[in-house]
Amino acid sequence: MSGSIVNVTDQSFDETLLSDDRAVLVDFWAEWCTPCKAIAPILEALAEDEAEKLRIVKLNIDENLDTTRRFDVLSIPTLILFKDGQPAARIVGARGKSQLLSEIKVYL
Amino acid sequence: MPDVAGINDENINSSLNLNSNHRIVVIIGSGPAGLTSAIYTARANLKPLLIEGEPSSTSDQPGGQLMLTSDIENFPGFKDGIDGPELMAQMRGQAERFGTEILTEKATKVDLDSSVKGIWTTNPHDGPPNFTADVVIISTGARSLMLGVPGEDRLIGHGLSTCATCDGFFFRGKDIAVVGGGDSALEEALFLTRFANSVRLIHRRDQWRASPIMQDRARSNEKIIPVWNTQVTEIIGETSVKSLRLVDTVTGKESIQEIDGVFIAIGHSPNTDLFKGQLKMDDAGYLITGPGTATNIEGVLACGDVQDHIYRQAVTAAGSGCMAALDAQRWLEAHESNR
Repeated sequence: MSGSIVNVTDQSFDETLLSDDRAVLVDFWAEWCTPCKAIAPILEALAEDEAEKLRIVKLNIDENLDTTRRFDVLSIPTLILFKDGQPAARIVGARGKSQLLSEIKVYL
Repeated sequence: MPDVAGINDENINSSLNLNSNHRIVVIIGSGPAGLTSAIYTARANLKPLLIEGEPSSTSDQPGGQLMLTSDIENFPGFKDGIDGPELMAQMRGQAERFGTEILTEKATKVDLDSSVKGIWTTNPHDGPPNFTADVVIISTGARSLMLGVPGEDRLIGHGLSTCATCDGFFFRGKDIAVVGGGDSALEEALFLTRFANSVRLIHRRDQWRASPIMQDRARSNEKIIPVWNTQVTEIIGETSVKSLRLVDTVTGKESIQEIDGVFIAIGHSPNTDLFKGQLKMDDAGYLITGPGTATNIEGVLACGDVQDHIYRQAVTAAGSGCMAALDAQRWLEAHESNR
């Protein structure tokens, strides 16, 4: 899939969180997850609109089970928003763009 | 048909600034019914606008219930079956190919009771409608019912799932439960046996409602454990699902079943909240249609599961979507002189 949102892995996860002053939204996803595909363009748009305050990355759960288990992800899409390296908000299930933004806005 | 479109084009152009949001046909909902009505009205050159909804992890999403269905084996034309999302992507592409305008938003309010109908897609909706239309086709479908028991809201996404095809993966080697006894419950249970160690199929009656072929498959799958005459009264777990509180519907006896995950498939409810006070509904909230796809308001048609609690198949929904498109064309032809 094209776009500006990069994949992170078990190996690069912690470094990604710490290397950015912005809030980081991690999208836990997989190829076979239809709602994950449905929100992909929404996340791309959000990444662009909120670029100053927010970085969005994605983590393929099939290939990165350690991080998936570490954060007890049992349903995808799950979006976890990290502030200063710590989880601040967790969104389970797909959403429309305005709904998604309203749920994370207070943390940006 | 071309005449209808031609005349309306002039109407639109003659008052362009006032009416740039006017459409001949607006379709609300994008399951098989909505997309089929889009294909037909687009091919009739009625330039439909399809308001397809917004992403979610329930069936209330673009594409509808089939987006959560893994294998569709009974849609004619696909000898080896087809994936639900793949079928819906094909239908959507087909609707787009003939010029359907697709909006990935939700309709939040409608005003159907005038000759020009208003549709809002914003929230709040105190301003003028975002779109107006001569004809509105309603195909908002139905959504999955939840149990409405303690623990349910809290544990969604933590071992309680509304989407077997999304979340089955997380239950590899686990012992899980599916609640329900219809085709969707058995389909989910069978799908989940690909991952789970065991699947308890909990049903409040002593026999399933599902079709014989699905019942045969469920019975011959050794991972599926039928649990008859049983209702779930609570989903228990601090941070994730640990057990279910059950009650025997015959003896009234309570028990606790330890479980790693639970999937709910107990039936559907029509998405008609938007139309309350405007369109006639039956006691269960399904829109009342007839003759054909006509509702009680002129120029408002309904198709698919939103008006059908009997058949509820992808192919019957698609068929009624076609009927709504043809009814729309006839209605427009009959009312041409008034517009």
